[in-house]
Amino acid sequence: MYMPDPGFVRGTLLRRGQLARRGAALLVAGLVAVALGLSGVLVAVVNPVLIIGGLVAVYAGVDRLVWAARRRRLDLLLGLASAWLVLLVGAAILAPVLPLGEHEDVAATITDPIFLEPFTYGDHPLGTNGAGLDMLARVIYGARASLTIAVMAVTIGLVVGSAIGIIAGFYRRKVDTVIGIFTNALLAVPPLILLIVLATVLDPKVRNMAIALSLLTIPTMVRLARANTIAYSQREFVLAARALGATKGRIMVRELLPNVLPPMLSMAVVVMSALIVAEASLSFLGLGIQPPSPTWGNMILEAEANDTMTEHPFILLVPGTVLFLTVYSVNLLGERAQQRWDPRGAKL
Amino acid sequence: MSTEVASTTQAPPVLEVVDLETRFHTARGVVRAVDGVSLSLRAGETLGLVGESGSGKSVLGRTLMGLIATGGTTEVSGTVRIAGQAVHELSGRQRRKLWGPKIAMVFQDPMTSLNPVRPIGVHLTDPLRLHLGLSRRAAKERAVELLDRVGIPDPRRRLEQYPHELSGGMRQRVMIAVALSCDPEILIADEPTTALDVTVQKQILDLLGSLARERQMATVLISHDLGAVEGRTDRVVVMYAGRAVETAPTTELFAAPHHPYAEALIGSVPALDAPPHTVLRAIDGTPPDMANPPVGCRYAPRCNRAQDLCRDQMPLLLDTSPGRSVACHFPVSVALPDVPEVPDGANEKETV
Ligand SMILES: Nc1ncnc2c1ncn2[C@@H]1O[C@H](COP(=O)(O)OP(=O)(O)O)[C@@H](O)[C@H]1O
Ligand SMILES: [Mg+2]
Repeated sequence: MYMPDPGFVRGTLLRRGQLARRGAALLVAGLVAVALGLSGVLVAVVNPVLIIGGLVAVYAGVDRLVWAARRRRLDLLLGLASAWLVLLVGAAILAPVLPLGEHEDVAATITDPIFLEPFTYGDHPLGTNGAGLDMLARVIYGARASLTIAVMAVTIGLVVGSAIGIIAGFYRRKVDTVIGIFTNALLAVPPLILLIVLATVLDPKVRNMAIALSLLTIPTMVRLARANTIAYSQREFVLAARALGATKGRIMVRELLPNVLPPMLSMAVVVMSALIVAEASLSFLGLGIQPPSPTWGNMILEAEANDTMTEHPFILLVPGTVLFLTVYSVNLLGERAQQRWDPRGAKL
Repeated sequence: MSTEVASTTQAPPVLEVVDLETRFHTARGVVRAVDGVSLSLRAGETLGLVGESGSGKSVLGRTLMGLIATGGTTEVSGTVRIAGQAVHELSGRQRRKLWGPKIAMVFQDPMTSLNPVRPIGVHLTDPLRLHLGLSRRAAKERAVELLDRVGIPDPRRRLEQYPHELSGGMRQRVMIAVALSCDPEILIADEPTTALDVTVQKQILDLLGSLARERQMATVLISHDLGAVEGRTDRVVVMYAGRAVETAPTTELFAAPHHPYAEALIGSVPALDAPPHTVLRAIDGTPPDMANPPVGCRYAPRCNRAQDLCRDQMPLLLDTSPGRSVACHFPVSVALPDVPEVPDGANEKETV
């Protein structure tokens, strides 16, 4: 994509200092505009214009600052994706000190409007649900549970899956057969039944939910790691490493793991979004965070009740959009990271 | 070359292979990839190992390193001594200690023998730190020296680069540097130039030659191409279907091959002074199925000198002159010696 040098203004090249100052000014102006738009003090129609215009100004300002400092253009998508994740994680961490509406205490919201549409610029920017709970607060508090559980479960899946998969693929023979039996058995049990069994034996704690959900990801991860390990084990560099005295452990960790991990990380991002939804079914089974306490999964399931989906689609759209943006951002970040750091990426 | 050979003849061999056999038990039957090969190599000596593809050269090279050993469906018998140690009687741990400082290997395809996701530098520093216990910094300095020695420009910058950023020839130079990192006494180069451009081939072979000379390193140069071996080796072992069919000093072999297969191979090497478009003599037929080799001489089905005896009895490798031997009932331009003391020599005596 062609982007002209932002340092060129009416045919003259600005000095770095000037460019940086203009960038900073744009950034501040943009932030003020966005804040005004969000606070809703002005006439309703002006607000969206202020917010969008403000964001554009923020982007232009940051772009100039980056160019002044590093001589590199801003990657718009990457910038937006990172901004979204920073915003989300930051809000999730700071949730208790943010001026948010009520997110779970139904008794406190008896007098509040229910099914209030989003973007009404009152106390509830993203509306309220059927119990009058504030959707924005629920999305942010939900992020705490959902992201923690999903990240933990995927990490467990990655670590355990790559270890077992690499061992199976490297040793083959009996080890592989035994591991194959276990992973296939795990795959053969329907996930719902597996979760019901776990729900009866485990306490509903974040850690236990992460473990339960990681069981769903492990077989896939094992298979992926095993298949790639088998493929890479035949490559001559493994033999070359052996011919220089590398032990089996060293070969698995230093030669095979760095080759096997990148596709597993791409997989992990996809799996993570599925887990956020699966976490909701855990709540449904009683092993999980119980409604009305918010998780993204719980929020999505709320839409299933009666006619909610048809009459108040935003109940699904709000958590759905947030989930989509998050998964998309993580995906994009992973992709860019691979382009930048995976030495094989350059060849593709 | 001859003076060097003379000066090293008294030294004990650094590599001694006696009656080595490598068998793979496969679904199709037992593949005798290496079928009774003996050879020895002294410090500073270069041995060429030639034969068509599939004749068992790589398996021999890997077996004599101990990379292929008895286990699973593989069976190895015979002895290999590296620096006096019987490789196939060592524990895995003791064997790993040989790999790098005593014996090292350069592989055929530099595209796949370097790990694509690890930088060049790590390939070199790993064995240095493992075997010589060098510190990170010392290993790095040594890696720079090694890359410089194998003719890689700007070696310090290369350490950070990944294999795909280098050309094939450069990668093979890196592989050579990696193999030489722990200063091995024996280097096995398994078709080190087969995957490279013709112009680069000569450079790599010359580099290997000069490195072997300056380090007094014993070298086994494996190739399917006799041309790569001529003028660069002291002796040549010609392999056919897992067996050594002829061993000879290189100059003598090229002057007068005794085995019909060796003769045919030499005939298929394009002569440098030949006029363009000279028809090369190709060897008719294909190598035998190693899981089901013919009885008698394995080359008999393709040999123009074959007689009934060849199809019945396997010829043994017999000395024809000091340092030369051939496994053929009716060798080219030489008479077989009378050998009454060969254990089951009854067959051989009839053939003389
Ligand atoms: N692991 C193995 N299992 C079964 N057969 C093998 C194995 N490795 C090599 N072979 C067989 O051994 C023979 C010799 O192979 P190789 O040493 O690679 O030949 P070369 O290097 O001379 O081209 C071939 O017929 C090959 O199919
Ligand atoms: Mg080979």
